[in-house]
Amino acid sequence: MQDVANLRTVFYFDFDKSVVKAEGFADLEAHAKYLALNPGASIRLEGHADERGTREYNMALGERRAKAISRFLQVNNVNADQLEVISYGEEKPAVLGHDRGSWSQNRRVELKYVSR
Amino acid sequence: MVGKIRIWWAVLALWFIAAAPAQAELTIEITQGVDEPTPVAVVPFAWSGSQALPEDVAQIVHNDLARTGLFKLLSRDNMLGFPSRADQVYFRDWRVSNTDFLVIGRIAPQGNGQLRVEFELYDVLKEQRLLAEQVSAGSANLRDIGHYVADMIYQKLTGLRGAFSTRIVYVTAEKMADQQYRYRLQLADSDGARPRTILESREPIMSPAWSLDGKKLAYVSFETSRPAIYVQDLASGKRQKVQSFRGLNGAPAWSPDGQKLALVLSKDGNPEIYILDLVRRQLTRVTHHYGIDTEPSWTPDGQSLIFTSDRGGLPQIYRVHLASREISRLTFEGAYNARARMTQDGRFLAMVHQTGGSFHIAVQDLKTGRLDVLTETGLDESPTIAPNGSMILYATQEGVRGLLGGVSLDGSVKFRLPAAKGDVREPAWSPYLQ
Repeated sequence: MQDVANLRTVFYFDFDKSVVKAEGFADLEAHAKYLALNPGASIRLEGHADERGTREYNMALGERRAKAISRFLQVNNVNADQLEVISYGEEKPAVLGHDRGSWSQNRRVELKYVSR
Repeated sequence: MVGKIRIWWAVLALWFIAAAPAQAELTIEITQGVDEPTPVAVVPFAWSGSQALPEDVAQIVHNDLARTGLFKLLSRDNMLGFPSRADQVYFRDWRVSNTDFLVIGRIAPQGNGQLRVEFELYDVLKEQRLLAEQVSAGSANLRDIGHYVADMIYQKLTGLRGAFSTRIVYVTAEKMADQQYRYRLQLADSDGARPRTILESREPIMSPAWSLDGKKLAYVSFETSRPAIYVQDLASGKRQKVQSFRGLNGAPAWSPDGQKLALVLSKDGNPEIYILDLVRRQLTRVTHHYGIDTEPSWTPDGQSLIFTSDRGGLPQIYRVHLASREISRLTFEGAYNARARMTQDGRFLAMVHQTGGSFHIAVQDLKTGRLDVLTETGLDESPTIAPNGSMILYATQEGVRGLLGGVSLDGSVKFRLPAAKGDVREPAWSPYLQ
């Protein structure tokens, strides 16, 4: 059985974008393979935005990003029941700071296993 | 306009609010006032009791009036006397100190623990009494009396109803450890005094909104690890989870009649605006678009909602008329306009407006279409309008901490309310309270 422990679990996005970047494809495909082989496993996809713009609008942006990852996994044979999408908008930044570097680390989706 | 404005940067904190230190106490600093503020003197109120009073009522009045930026308050050091009754007022003394309006008062014990507060307002130049009133209060309510007196004087001098007796709620976030925060929903007087915690959580609290009778709050809490909308009664503290679908549950906004909440749900795939009838427990979907529709608020007549949508590609403000479901776009200037709030007279929209990569508070005159940017800081958001339309409170950033700022609708008056600690965001100004 494939081990998912070493796979990347944080996926970053460009400003105002919710397109899954190619750099994450291989790891996402590996997560998808594991989830498809283990129907009892499930994950939470937590979407985040940077602090720019309004809070509720950023909630929507965070959700859009988490849903983009969710669709990618479903296209790769993961059952929708194994996925939950939650947006935290700009409420839980990974990094504090008002600069491009901090913002790029905060525009992210965190993939978390609820059960394996 | 900008050239005419005289800016008095008060670098040192001008007025510290004299109350017991508490969580995230806010203190007000005026950073900019009007060009020619009206000179007013508030003389310390005489006290005929034996024990010291817990509050300096005249100082509260002084601070309230100063905060508007419309008045220049004479400091006590420069007063030639402390009259407390009409026969002690020598108008010449006050003309010498360039005072146009004079406030005097006196407080006397009434028995049964009650106090009688009498105050008078004089026009120094006309040597006329404009106002004389008396009120009773327990000593625990002296701050309320101070705000009440300030409301009366403000109304007499400006013709506009005062909003000092109102309250604000806001959210604070304090970092406890890496990736661990403590979020608090706080309620305070409009000047930041007497803060108390309504809700505390390790998970985010967002989007507090007042019911129009001032008795309830709606807000979003992630305490179950998923967002849900709650309604809390302020007097009893009782709360109820009113919406928790899969996906977004956000941006609650009370209808003017207090019967309904407009809110945002993404249960049908993407963020749409719904109206929840709290009495009939009935949910009605309002918008139908694949884009983001969010941040609803009611027009004061209750006939329409204004909301943010990126249906045109970028976020702009729209209005949906509820009876006809007709949608019209309200903002056209700039690439990002969001989270609008309308003044009670329906004339102005306050919103977040992006220009040159940074986010400011802007006001649009719906009659003329003119948009004015009111703030210079870069990450301004969550504008909330005082019920008398005089001021906008908003959240901004300074260094790595969030604080509240205030600006008058015409941009001429500015103040800030930094907290002693923690990050302050999402202010919501109460309606008039009774």
